[in-house]
Order: sequence, then C-alpha cells, then structure tokens
Amino acid sequence: MKTTLAELKRGQSAIITMVETDAIPLKLLEMGCLPGNEVTLLQVAPFSCPMYLNINGSHLAIRKEVARQIEIELI
Amino acid sequence: MAKHINVSLIGNPNTGKTSVFNLLTGLNQQVGNYPGITVERKAGVCKLPRGVKAHILDLPGTYSLNASSLDENVVIEVLLNKKDKDYPDVAVVVSDVENLKRNLLLFTQIKDLDIPTILVINMADRMKRKGISLNIPELEKTLKTNVVLMSARKKQGLEELKQLIASYKKLSIEPCLNASSIDKPYFEGLQKAFPNQSLYKLWLVITQDVNFANINRNTIADASEFHTKKKSDLKRLQQKETIKRYQFINETLKQTQTIDVGSATGVRAKLDQLLVHKVWGYLIFFIILLFIFQAIYDWSAYPQDLIDNGFAWLSEAVKGQLPAGALTNLITEGIIPGLGGIVIFIPQIAFLFLFISILEESGYMSRVVFLMDRLMRKFGLSGKSIVPLISGTACAIPAVMATRNIENWKERLITILVVPFTTCSARLPVYLIIISLVIPKERVAWIFGYQSLSLMLLYLLGFVTALGSSWLLSKFLKMPNKSFFVVEMPNYKLPMFKNVAINVVEKTKAFITGAGKIILAISIVLWVLASYGPNEKFSNAKEIISQNQPQKSTIELERAIASQKLEHSYIGYMGKAIEPLVAPLGYDWKIGIALISSFAAREVFVGTLATIYSVGSDEDETIKNRMAAEINPDTGVPLFNLATGVSLLLFYAFAMQCMSTIAIVKKETNGWRWPIIQLFFMSGLAYISAFVAYQFLK
Ligand SMILES: Nc1nc2c(ncn2[C@@H]2O[C@H](COP(=O)(O)OP(=O)(O)O)[C@@H](O)[C@H]2O)c(=O)[nH]1
Repeated sequence: MKTTLAELKRGQSAIITMVETDAIPLKLLEMGCLPGNEVTLLQVAPFSCPMYLNINGSHLAIRKEVARQIEIELI
Repeated sequence: MAKHINVSLIGNPNTGKTSVFNLLTGLNQQVGNYPGITVERKAGVCKLPRGVKAHILDLPGTYSLNASSLDENVVIEVLLNKKDKDYPDVAVVVSDVENLKRNLLLFTQIKDLDIPTILVINMADRMKRKGISLNIPELEKTLKTNVVLMSARKKQGLEELKQLIASYKKLSIEPCLNASSIDKPYFEGLQKAFPNQSLYKLWLVITQDVNFANINRNTIADASEFHTKKKSDLKRLQQKETIKRYQFINETLKQTQTIDVGSATGVRAKLDQLLVHKVWGYLIFFIILLFIFQAIYDWSAYPQDLIDNGFAWLSEAVKGQLPAGALTNLITEGIIPGLGGIVIFIPQIAFLFLFISILEESGYMSRVVFLMDRLMRKFGLSGKSIVPLISGTACAIPAVMATRNIENWKERLITILVVPFTTCSARLPVYLIIISLVIPKERVAWIFGYQSLSLMLLYLLGFVTALGSSWLLSKFLKMPNKSFFVVEMPNYKLPMFKNVAINVVEKTKAFITGAGKIILAISIVLWVLASYGPNEKFSNAKEIISQNQPQKSTIELERAIASQKLEHSYIGYMGKAIEPLVAPLGYDWKIGIALISSFAAREVFVGTLATIYSVGSDEDETIKNRMAAEINPDTGVPLFNLATGVSLLLFYAFAMQCMSTIAIVKKETNGWRWPIIQLFFMSGLAYISAFVAYQFLK
C-alpha cells in the first residue's frame, strides 16, 4: 500500500513521490506539486477536508479526493 | 509627437500586481471589459521621465501561460498576437519575494516570447522579517533580465522601474532556459516546419485550445511534413515542461537566495491557528459578518438622513428659483427625487465595498473559503462560492463574474443560479425604507435594535434561500462532478489604504453610473405618465372635485385634486389594470407600479414611489414621511403596515428583478436557458411567499 497525501497528519512533512497527473488540476502542478518537492500539512478543516498545505513553499488548500492522487514518502 | 510605450503587467494573483498598477497610474485608470467577453480590463497611463507616456495594461492574474480559463486566455491573446492593439513593447512580471519559486514559473514562460521583460520582485519590505536575502546581480545574470526590487507598500523601486520601462529597447529578449530540450526531435521538427515563428508560441498554440490571429491550429495540423502528437502525449509533454522549468528555478534560487528560517516570524501560523480553528474560526467569521451588517445599517444612517433631507430641500429650492411650468415640474418632481433615490445608496454601498475589499486585501477571504468548503459542498456548492455569495451582497453582477475561479462547472453553474438570492445593495434601500416604516425602533440588547436585526434576518434569509435552492439544484442537475479545488492561502497583510480606497471609489462609481442611467430614465418616463392623462377626468380634475366636494378647505381640496389626477393619469390606469394581480399581496396600484418598474432594476422602487407621491404634493417632505402618510382606502389603516411590509420585503428578497443580472447570467452560461429558468423560479417563489405572508399577517 502506498501512502498518499490524504493520510498525512497535521504538522507532518513528506516528499512527493508520484503525482497522478491526469486526475489533478494543472494549476496544482504549476504551484509546485511535483515529485521531489516537500509538502507539509499545516491545518485541516473539520472532517479533515479541505487540507491546508505548504507545498514547495506555496500555501494552498485542496480537497481530500485530490490529495489521494498524490503519493508521498514521510520524512 | 511623443511615442507612447505599451506596457503589460503580468503576474500570479496576490503578488501585489494591482498595487504596482495603482502606484504607476494613480487614479489615472479606466476599468472596462475586453470586447465581447466579461473579463475586466484595467488600463492606465503613467508619465515616464522625459515626457514619454506609458500605457499600462493590468492583465488578469494567472499562474502560467496554460490557458485554463477566460482570464488566462486574455493574457495569452495579448502576449501572442503582435497585431493586438495591447501587444506590449515591454512586459513587467510582478512577483512576490516570499513566493519567488512559484512566481518564476510564469516568468520563465514569458521570457520565451521574444518580448523585452522586466522582473519586479515586490514586497521587498518583508524580506527582513522573513529572513530572506537575494543576490540580485547573480539573479539578473541567470534569468537574463533586469530585476527591480520593489515595495509597493513603501513606494520603493518605483523610479527604477519607470527608468527601465523608458529604456525598454535595451532589455534582453533572450530566453533564460531551453525548454525544448524536453523533446528535442519534436521541437526541431516543429521549428523546421514553421521557420518564421517563435518556437514557444507554436508550442502554446498546439497545446492550448486557442487560435491566434497569425497562427492557426489547423494549419499546423495540416502541415504534411510535421505530425502533431496525441492529446495525452501532449499533456505529458506539458508536465515535463513544467518540471523542467521548476528544476531550473530551484537551481537558480539555490544559487541566489538564502532564507534564514530562524529569523522568520510566524505570524501566519499563529493567526491561522485562530482564524481557521474548528470553533473559533467560525465564531470569528460570524462576528465579522454581524459587525459588517451593523455598520451598514447604523453608521450609514446619518449621511443618509442628510442626503434625504438635502434632496427634499433641493427640490423646493429649485422650484422656487425656476419659472413655473412643465419643465420645472419635470426637474423637481421627476429628476431630482429620482436621483435622490440613488444617491442615498452611496454610503451603504461604499461601506459594503470597503469591508469586502478589506477582507480580500488582508488575505482573510481565503481562510473563509477554506472554512466553508466542506459545508458548502453539502449544498452542492464550493468553498469558493462563498466569495460570490458575499460579493453578491454588494451586487450580483460582479458576483456572477467572480464565480469564474470555481473549477467545477456544476458547482459554478449552481453558484451563478443562486447568487441573485443574496441581498444585493439594490435591495437595501427598499428594505431600509420599509423596515423603518413597519418595524419599531426600540433596541433589544446592547447596540442591536429590532430594525438592524430585521435587516440581518433578511440577509440571512437571502443566504438560506440561496443554499436551499442550491441543494435542490444539486439533486436535479446531472453533470459530471470532478472535485478540482485549489485555493491559494496568501499571507496576512495589513490592507493598503490606497488599494482599498481605489477599489471603493471605482466600484461605487460603476454602480452609481450604471444604475443611475436606468433610474433617471425610468423616473422621467414615470413622471410623464403620471403628469398626463388620457381623458377629461384628468384634465378637468379641478372642476370635478370642486363641484363634488365644495365644502372642503383649500388644503383638503388640493389633496383631493392631486389624487384625482394621479388616479386618472396614464400611470394610474396602468396601475389599476394590474391591481387585481397585486391586491392579494396587500399592495395598492401605486406599489404595483413600483413593482413593475422594479423588474428593470430593484433600486427603482424607492425612486418610483418618490416620483409618484411627489407629483402634486408641494410640501417639502421626505419620501419616507409621504409613504407613512398613505392610507389604504379600503381598510382605513396605514398602507404600509406590518402585513404589507413583510409581504413586500419577501417579494423583494426573492424576485429576480434586475435586467443586468439576467444579461450577465446569459453571457456566463452561454444561452437563455438558465436565466429564464432563474427568472421564473425566483419570481414565482417571490409571489407565493409574499401572498402567504400577507394573508397570514393581515
Ligand atoms: N508588505 C507588502 N504588501 C504588499 C505590497 N504590495 C502589495 N501588498 C499587499 O499584497 C496583497 C495583494 O496585493 P494586490 O495588489 O491586490 O495583488 P494582486 O492580486 O496581485 O493584484 C494586498 O494585501 C496588498 O496590500 C508590498 O510591497 N509590501
């Protein structure tokens, strides 16, 4: 089982290992959501969706479904 | 004749592009639309040294040159089409020093376009606090560009930027990285097939679903010696390009930027902990809303009273000055009260835009989007719908336009359809005048009174109806539903006074001129219809009344004559004709007329009543006093009582009475289908609820 971004806990950081590029918006890639970049979960809304992340220095929020398309490795 | 320079400002959202634009142009700017589409076009003039003028165009904020929305299409269109009248002599890319990595992606793309480019690194005032230092000469060398370190807030770097713009001919047009190395054979083939075109432009034309005046997609597809790739291959190649660019940027920044994390202060983290907190976050949002509505209602009451009385006085004064006659009557009874009916909005609209732009400027609005997404999705909306719904309290038109950054079409369509339920500022005067007539003035607690609570309730009603209808719509609309949702969470910032002020002035001005024209036209038409009648019951009103009721005093007589005239004027007959339709809602024919004219625009209501009631009356009274004095001839009680009042409030809360909104919805949904459904649904709901309320309360 691969770990995805959706399983990240608040405050945890990870490295993005793979991005299911067809299932996520291009804008996310443009904002730096690419393999090799670091991601940290900063805050979550109630029921942990959406998720407030720091990806490669960009602060942004995405929904859990999209986070499931992004594989990570914890650090 | 001095030549002017065309300058395009380009940048990601939230980099301070608007602030730089405001700084360059001051109040010297025009806001309009790009021809044929509803993307806002902001342009202005800036004076450069030695008398050269620069035309500055503020392009919509965009993350890259990959056109995924109308806004981004505009950017590409302007930058790629040499024949476009906006085609820039020089491109100024605005970036935020704290987000350089991401901002540079767009920059490296622009650099591939053969346009002289300047890189503005804005927000330099925050470098110290964030522990950021930059090696500018090194950065200029790697990026092959001129860099201006700037702070729009502290007004630093402005002169340097102006100097660079003035000497744009000396700027480099060399790309800073070779993106075509991601697939050499492909790009070499492409270049060979079209030796006269810039390679990156060709690439953009192939990957974007757009044509440009000088390059057409089909000619590329048809070129026999060159085979384009499959769509999925292209997409993969596009991603490769993005990765390639990021590699270059990361490498560059490693060499030129140092961030001392230790000295960075975490205001963002601390504030976020509070503002997006599971409990406090919502509570704070609610309190902010409450505060805003209180302000709109209470604080603007003082300037509004002044305006109301001022116009009543003006009418009298003009009447005293001009010679008596039809023209004077038109001015004092038609135009001045009509204008008064819109000028009275100014304080409230200004307050509303003030708060909205403060919320946007400070970065708080994105937190609200974050907080509300989950909840809004339950109703088939997106967290991003909250921005249109809140801006809808100013005006539905910009709100419908603000839905564009909702990625998902279903969520976007639903937002467009329900936004007109939110209480726009055009409803406000109707609400205010009716509330002040039928709701008692007492305070319930602390600073909150019944009247302001009623107003808050009406706003809530608007939101609740919007949510309820979106829930319904989400059940009925069958559409693919991909949950793309990306919100940038910008840094918290103290709003810049200049930005807020310009925003408030621009928006208020646009509203006043837009609505002003309609209101003025309608009040003139109404005045004419009310001042002339088809038969002798109108023209001989004086004789008829004096004969029938000779025992009355002069004042009573005049009143009776005036009302006889109004009743038998053209508008009187029109009103009477529709009376059966509106009587079950508790309205007389005068309100009926106001209701009908309101379908052009709601704000006409007060002006219409003002015009109707002021025809023939000559005391200097305010509109409100005249309305309070109206007696329902059937029941003998004041016409504006609780039952009629509530019924009217509900009617205005629900009915779709705004031609401009219908027009914009048609534009944004590409057809008449949705605006017509919207019109009937909303107005039907309005009629039924007003009917029920009146019958229940009377
Ligand atoms: N500290 C600081 N804040 C700035 C500066 N320029 C703009 N801002 C703030 O950055 C935010 C976004 O600015 P705006 O001009 O609306 O950005 P746009 O979205 O790119 O048009 C606003 O809150 C501005 O007040 C600057 O030089 N320094």
